[in-house]
Amino acid sequence: MHELYNFVSGPLAWVAGAFFVLGSIYRLVSMYILAKRKDGSSLEYMSLHYSLRSIIRWLIPFSTMGWKADPLMTVTTFAFHICFIAVAVFLSGHVVVWNTAFGFDMWSLPTQAGDIISFVVIAACAIFALRRFMLPHVKNVTKPKDWFALTLVVLPFLTGVLAYHQMGPSLLMTTLHILSGELLLALIPFTRLSHALFTVFTRAYMGSEFGAVRHTRDW
Amino acid sequence: MSHISDRIISDPGLELGVANLTTERIEEVVNQALKGETGAKLKAYQETCMRCGLCAQGCHFYVSHDGDPSYSPVSKATESIYELMEKKGRVSPKRIYEMAQIAYTECNLCKRCAHYCPVGIDTGYSMLVMRRICHLLGVVPQYILDTGNSHATTMNQMWVKDDEWIDTLQWQEDEARDEFSNIRIPLDKEGADIYYSVIAPEPKFRTQLIYQAAAIFHEAGVDWTMPSTPGWDNSDMSMYIGDFENMGRLKRSHYESAQKLRVKRIVMGECGHAYRSVYDMGNRWLGYRDMPIPVIHSVEYFWELLTEGKIKIPKKFEHPVTIHDPCNIIRGMGLMDKLRDVTHMICENVVEMTPNREHNYCCSAGGGVINCGPPFRGTRVKGNKAKADQLRNTGVSHVVCPCHNCHGGLEDIIDHYELGMHPKFLGDIIYEIMEKTDAL
Repeated sequence: MHELYNFVSGPLAWVAGAFFVLGSIYRLVSMYILAKRKDGSSLEYMSLHYSLRSIIRWLIPFSTMGWKADPLMTVTTFAFHICFIAVAVFLSGHVVVWNTAFGFDMWSLPTQAGDIISFVVIAACAIFALRRFMLPHVKNVTKPKDWFALTLVVLPFLTGVLAYHQMGPSLLMTTLHILSGELLLALIPFTRLSHALFTVFTRAYMGSEFGAVRHTRDW
Repeated sequence: MSHISDRIISDPGLELGVANLTTERIEEVVNQALKGETGAKLKAYQETCMRCGLCAQGCHFYVSHDGDPSYSPVSKATESIYELMEKKGRVSPKRIYEMAQIAYTECNLCKRCAHYCPVGIDTGYSMLVMRRICHLLGVVPQYILDTGNSHATTMNQMWVKDDEWIDTLQWQEDEARDEFSNIRIPLDKEGADIYYSVIAPEPKFRTQLIYQAAAIFHEAGVDWTMPSTPGWDNSDMSMYIGDFENMGRLKRSHYESAQKLRVKRIVMGECGHAYRSVYDMGNRWLGYRDMPIPVIHSVEYFWELLTEGKIKIPKKFEHPVTIHDPCNIIRGMGLMDKLRDVTHMICENVVEMTPNREHNYCCSAGGGVINCGPPFRGTRVKGNKAKADQLRNTGVSHVVCPCHNCHGGLEDIIDHYELGMHPKFLGDIIYEIMEKTDAL
């Protein structure tokens, strides 16, 4: 068991990290090359000003038609993304990992807060899942890919909370937690979660098209 | 919840097209189109869409069908173009029929859903790609296909022959001479300030609009002209069919007929889709970043004439009016303020719709849906109860509507929901109330 833990928290972590970094670079570069080759009539209209206008606007809850359409979804999605990043990067346990692996020291969340925020992420995932079960217009378009992405995201949080609260065999839980975190990281570029890479560009394009060409708002 | 297969409508164009298809042919054409004509944009849309369903509220079809999920933008894309991408074109001819019906008749390409998508997905674009594939497969609703054939053959949408065009203009000039003794509709005047272009339905069955425009330009003392040769029609159903090759031919002929006359700019009649064609799609297809010759919409031109005092309004239009914002010039060009300025300059009592401006609901005739003809009238009228409610809530008698397609769409909605309202072009009202210093 200890050997497995050592493998998962050692070499496998680097492999997962490499998958994430190299995979992301590969996806972004190949998408850019494709855009250059095929979407010249769109790229031509990209505007930094209107890209930022759109991105910033959509980062403000309830400031767009979309964010007003479904308040529960809006609150959930903002809470989810903020808490996800907070836990992934700033959880005290994770900060120790960054320190050991890369040698830099950074601020970390108070342990209690980290715990609460992890529960927020799990609750948000539960709401996402409920929407997929209960709202006809979401259920209608939900595919196995969407469930897979949601499962990938929630697993590290579930196992993390179990490990932290010493529920179940501690070493096994920690190993599963790291393993699921690595799986998530490695698969971000290759699943629905790739929206983490591409949204900034689709949003920027829409902002540019609406701002610079259509002289109107995209929110 | 319904499914597209529950509401298949018989159409000879779609039926004949599908009868000629085999699964191998579909696979070949779909992959050729996806690989050859689409790129990162479509791929990113399909992948980045999180299927969150927020776009549903943006669509008048979804709202009008009391939240039937099969009408949400994401559902329409998932059931058509996204499915073709995922299955790499391996679908049955029957499925292509369903996809064509969704793309041509249940989406107006109005892009209202863009205001609802957090990740910035342009479903209007995806649906147009779907239409492009249907066109390449030869599966196009009969009525709109006929307009496309007319475009390809005559360079205008309505099979207007070259001599009929000139004859119609001279007929309108003749008619107008009963009202203004020395009015002209100048043909092929080189170096004129403006070149006035219309859509082919004007000479075909809305000739009074040409008369009114002539009267307004005459009163304003405008140096204007119309071309006597093909290129005069600015409309473009080829764009909505997905026949981009002919879209390019049409736009080139339109721009070039103006360039040959060395006019300063083109003013186009009150049409929405034609503006999309010259400003957004046709120019890009031809490789022009911007329009090679400035083209301005009637709303802008009337704004100029009124603010410069070239047209005087002694007494404003008294009936209460509301403003219908046509997608292609509002969400497509941002003319909402000028449209309001003009309307307030000519109308006494203006009641706004809710929502309005770029958030206004489409008329459901746009995007070529009305051009798909009588078989699909019910689709667009029942699919736009939302617009009927919007109109009814204003309580007015007249609707200012500077777009031909919107006119047709609103007339049908007003008729079906018994609203007792009258759509009006800005030109209708201006012609009616302006000072006519030269009138007999």
